[in-house]
Amino acid sequence: MSAEPPSATLSSNQLLEMYYFARLARDVEERLVILFRQSKVIGGLYRSLGQEGESVGTAYALARHDAVLPLIRNMGALMTVGVRPLEIFRQYMAKGTSNSRGRDLNIHIVHLPDRGADEPVIVGPISMLGDSIPVAAGIAMGARMRASAPPMVAMAWIGDGATSTGAFHEGLNFAAVQRLPLVVVAEDNKYAYSTPIAKQMAVASIDERAAAYGIPHVMVDGNDMLAVYDAAKTMVDAARDGQGAQLLGVDTMRMQGHAQHDDARYVPKDVLESWTVKDPIARFRKTLLDRGAATAADLDGVDRMTREYAAAEADLAVDEPMPDPAAVTRGVYAGDDYAIPKVELVRSPFSGDR
Amino acid sequence: MAVITYLEAIRQALFDEMGRDERVFVIGEDVGAYGGAFKVTEGLIDRFGEARVIDTPISEQAIVGSAIGASYMGMRPVCEIQFIDFIACCFDMLTNFAATSRYRNGAGASIVVRGPSGGGVGGGPFHSLNPEACFLNTPGLKMVAPSTAYDAKGLLKAAIRDDDPVLYFEHKFLYRRIKDEVPDDDYVVPLGKADVKRAGTDVSIVTFGAMVHTALDAAARLAQDGVEAEVLDLRTLAPLDRETILASVAKTSRALLLYEARRTGGIGGELAAIIAEEAFEYLDAPILRIASADTPVPYAPPLEAAFLPSVEKVVAGAKSLVGY
Repeated sequence: MSAEPPSATLSSNQLLEMYYFARLARDVEERLVILFRQSKVIGGLYRSLGQEGESVGTAYALARHDAVLPLIRNMGALMTVGVRPLEIFRQYMAKGTSNSRGRDLNIHIVHLPDRGADEPVIVGPISMLGDSIPVAAGIAMGARMRASAPPMVAMAWIGDGATSTGAFHEGLNFAAVQRLPLVVVAEDNKYAYSTPIAKQMAVASIDERAAAYGIPHVMVDGNDMLAVYDAAKTMVDAARDGQGAQLLGVDTMRMQGHAQHDDARYVPKDVLESWTVKDPIARFRKTLLDRGAATAADLDGVDRMTREYAAAEADLAVDEPMPDPAAVTRGVYAGDDYAIPKVELVRSPFSGDR
Repeated sequence: MAVITYLEAIRQALFDEMGRDERVFVIGEDVGAYGGAFKVTEGLIDRFGEARVIDTPISEQAIVGSAIGASYMGMRPVCEIQFIDFIACCFDMLTNFAATSRYRNGAGASIVVRGPSGGGVGGGPFHSLNPEACFLNTPGLKMVAPSTAYDAKGLLKAAIRDDDPVLYFEHKFLYRRIKDEVPDDDYVVPLGKADVKRAGTDVSIVTFGAMVHTALDAAARLAQDGVEAEVLDLRTLAPLDRETILASVAKTSRALLLYEARRTGGIGGELAAIIAEEAFEYLDAPILRIASADTPVPYAPPLEAAFLPSVEKVVAGAKSLVGY
């Protein structure tokens, strides 16, 4: 007889909070689409449609002081660790008020809390995919060297394409050898830009990558939020307990193109249709109703709340000033600090049980 | 005060800094029990343990990437690249991640990346690099290249205490050939300051690293023929000490730029541009670059000797400027 899964102990409030974060991620991105069509987003817009569930389910398994290294499709993780949506809108519109002061794109944000603060370390990606993994290993190593108490776990998300990079291999191998508290979430979302996973790797399942490093790995249905949470929580606990690096493979689907400009006509229609019915938020909604954790009215209330919150945050950001061109050369070196490695963090209305 | 080698000075700086700041650690290939390919890190593991002297897989991206991550957590990593040629394997991590981090998000990467550079020892195409030109076009990085034991120790201590990523190019030809007096006490050689190694009035030889010694030998020979060369040791290659460079050229009116890397696209081009833009009216002769040939670094000693700058080439070059 198997032990109860970790999700069995989540309160109704916590389950509602997970639903809230997934909805908020989707609604923030819906607002970004509107801003993109109004040419207010600078550059590309990368949706996580269909992947919000795995992003939230994995991040929800972390403690508040843990480190996260998200990729562009991990809006759900950013919402879960408490990044205020305003910060995302500012970034996408290259505002002078943004975390990067208009120097860098989308979710390329960094939050380095003061030592001992009960806040997440957030290190956004750079566009050289895979580079986050060695950096995540270093964050886990640095925290361990500074004997942080309670011990910190670093979680890094990576797409199937990025697992083909040398940096991914070097970083995860090093983390495995050093038994660092790192959990890598490897997302099989079927396409890296236009390249299908069959042209990305010859292993049958993305989590088998981990076999090369001798670390625990498991594959989970990425559109089942509680299954994702259970698998992630087990790995986060093991990593925190000193059992070393872990790899969680998630089976999911990128429901739109690489970015808004990409109509993704290379994805067969029947494949998209087969995943549409597996939408993680709709499934989670049904799970909550079936468990009696929430009523339809509760969930409709959350839907309204996240939609209005995302809209209000977008409205706040839209009229904020662009960066001052005179500041273009500032902040390259220390002593002339300009961008600040802090983002505003908020708690959800359902945070009481965490 | 004791007379020690250039290599011992680097090692002393590591011992000192790890002793005074628990955030400093060393990470690289074979740096632990073996003490590094050139024994620079010898003994560190006995004093500081394997938690602070970390042997890694052959993974330069992991060495530098994990150093960046650790620096975000407040640590002060010193990465050893076993031969600096292998810095190409982590070029991405240095130029895209470390160098941009402060500008993008205010998150400075306080890391040092050091390693044996340069030729003259029969190292061949992959163990002889002088990599400064590969990084000169990347704002956010600093670069130093000491020529003496005194500077080797003082610059490394300054680099470790610096809040920005610093590339520290130690010249392997100098490791055991150069000895000078080095204080036992704590001192730093500030980044960004060049040093006039020999004062002169007739021609400025602007150089750094092992070429400082080539320049000094050339200057001694030139003096026998009545030509007084000024030898300027840049010490820091980014940011350049423009003031000292321009002051020297204003004084001598002739500039000879001596560097061991390949000639084309090298640091000498940037130095020439600075001088041409800001000291043009002082010049009495064309600016002259003396550097290595535009080829991969050859292996056989006669080939490498022909490839590298030499005292003879510098003497001839300086005379051509004075006689212009």
